[in-house]
Amino acid sequence: MKLKKTFKMIYFDNVSKRYYDDTHALLDVNFSIEPGELVSIVGHSGAGKTTLLKLILAEEFPTDGKVFFESSDIKTLRKKELLGLRRRVGMIFQDFRLLPHKTAYENIRFAMEAAGKSEDEIQADTPHVLELVGLEDKIWNFPHELSGGEKQRVAIARAIVNQPDIIIADEPTGNLDPINAYDIIEILKKVNEMGKTVILTTHNKGVIDALGKRVITLDKGKIVRDDSKGKYIL
Amino acid sequence: MTFFLNLQRIIKSGFIAFWRTGTVSLASLLVFTVTLLVIGGLLLGTAVFDAALTQIKGKVDITVYILPGTPETDILNLQKSIEQLPEVKQVIYRSDDEVLAEFKETHANNSLILQSIDELDGENPLRAELNIQAKDPRELASIETFLTNKSIISRNDGTGIIEKINSENEKNKEAIERFIAFTDSVEALGLYVAIFTALVAVLVTFNTIRLAIYTSKEEISIMKLVGASDNYVRGPFIVEGIMYGLFSALITLALLYPITKWISPVTKNFFGSINLFEYYIANFPVLFLTLVGVGVVLGVVSSLFAIRRYLKV
Repeated sequence: MKLKKTFKMIYFDNVSKRYYDDTHALLDVNFSIEPGELVSIVGHSGAGKTTLLKLILAEEFPTDGKVFFESSDIKTLRKKELLGLRRRVGMIFQDFRLLPHKTAYENIRFAMEAAGKSEDEIQADTPHVLELVGLEDKIWNFPHELSGGEKQRVAIARAIVNQPDIIIADEPTGNLDPINAYDIIEILKKVNEMGKTVILTTHNKGVIDALGKRVITLDKGKIVRDDSKGKYIL
Repeated sequence: MTFFLNLQRIIKSGFIAFWRTGTVSLASLLVFTVTLLVIGGLLLGTAVFDAALTQIKGKVDITVYILPGTPETDILNLQKSIEQLPEVKQVIYRSDDEVLAEFKETHANNSLILQSIDELDGENPLRAELNIQAKDPRELASIETFLTNKSIISRNDGTGIIEKINSENEKNKEAIERFIAFTDSVEALGLYVAIFTALVAVLVTFNTIRLAIYTSKEEISIMKLVGASDNYVRGPFIVEGIMYGLFSALITLALLYPITKWISPVTKNFFGSINLFEYYIANFPVLFLTLVGVGVVLGVVSSLFAIRRYLKV
């Protein structure tokens, strides 16, 4: 099924997600995100933030309603199209999720190899993203040799190296001290200024207030606020 | 072009993963080696056992003693007709002179016996003989029946040429039957033991690979979320599986060299003719291909099965 409003990057149409024990993770959620937006999704633990991100990534599917990526209903995508969708999304996680047996450089390189990039592209783009996240001197370090902030920088470099349309960051500052958290948010702002859509979930009030961008507030699976220049209000 | 580029990257990635996950790789390699040693041991053991059984069965035979004065052509005709029987493995003819020479050689240290032979003034007291071996000792009875058929064993003038058929088989009929039943049971038991042992070894190997891949399940989910295709994720694990199989087969073959050399005199004393070390050397190409083949197939199949569930992200 095609959606007429093709200018939307992400569109949630009356989406509900119910788990096997009949608890609602999301209930009748409606919102859309336009290309180039930076949107923060806030809410208490269990409010449905992570479920919402999983629905965008097609890691899970809605029980009711539809999730559209541009004009495509995610549920109707075939395996190959799903792979294409995931390659258009860069993921950043709270626990970094770096490949433990690969160096910082190899983690970034892997994302490019998985996307079928040539050696020339890999050689050209990898130093560029490492410079962007300020990690040129740690490229041959393994994840266990990096600090939390450095790991998250590698994760961001990996997420943006294939120039995806959307960056999804699930609690990217959750495991970081305030200074590193601030640095990471600055990098995400920079990525957003490059024209990428950024969706992030966070508990960090300071981060939201510093961003001064759109905030969607979830509570018990429902959207309770959607402010274009929001503050962290729970 | 993309295919070969991806293949090159997958192989490189598999090699790097094999090297970097040192402890897991070493543990898997050890389990693979033990499995292949068991399989290699079973192959060699079966060969020794089969040879020993064939040798023992070959010792159960019929000896036909020919009447003195029988023309050699008649004996050779009889040999030919016996050889044509489907149940006969081989018939060895020894003339009375050959039998006498062998007898003298056997008793070379017994002057009394040699003197007694000399006193016969050149007369040969021994008989020409046909030694008959059956393909299966159970067939000896039917061969004996054949030999008692006078039309086959008569000369052209109608007189018989067989003086005596050794009656050892008749006397030991019960013993032979018991022996045959025993060897049949041992063969069947050996097969079951071999299948069971190989199965256990394969299952242990499979579980080892499952555990090795289980430790990488988080890694697999990350690869999938980064956008890697199933084949791109699966590839390096299969390369690792191939490496486990290949290296463990080479280690096993290297270990079998001193093992067979060391154990060979023992097996020779116990089983008789077969030399395990010589068998290992002579059959090295077959053993190499079998062990490498089994190792690689085991590695690939185990990896494919083990990784399947983690690709569903």
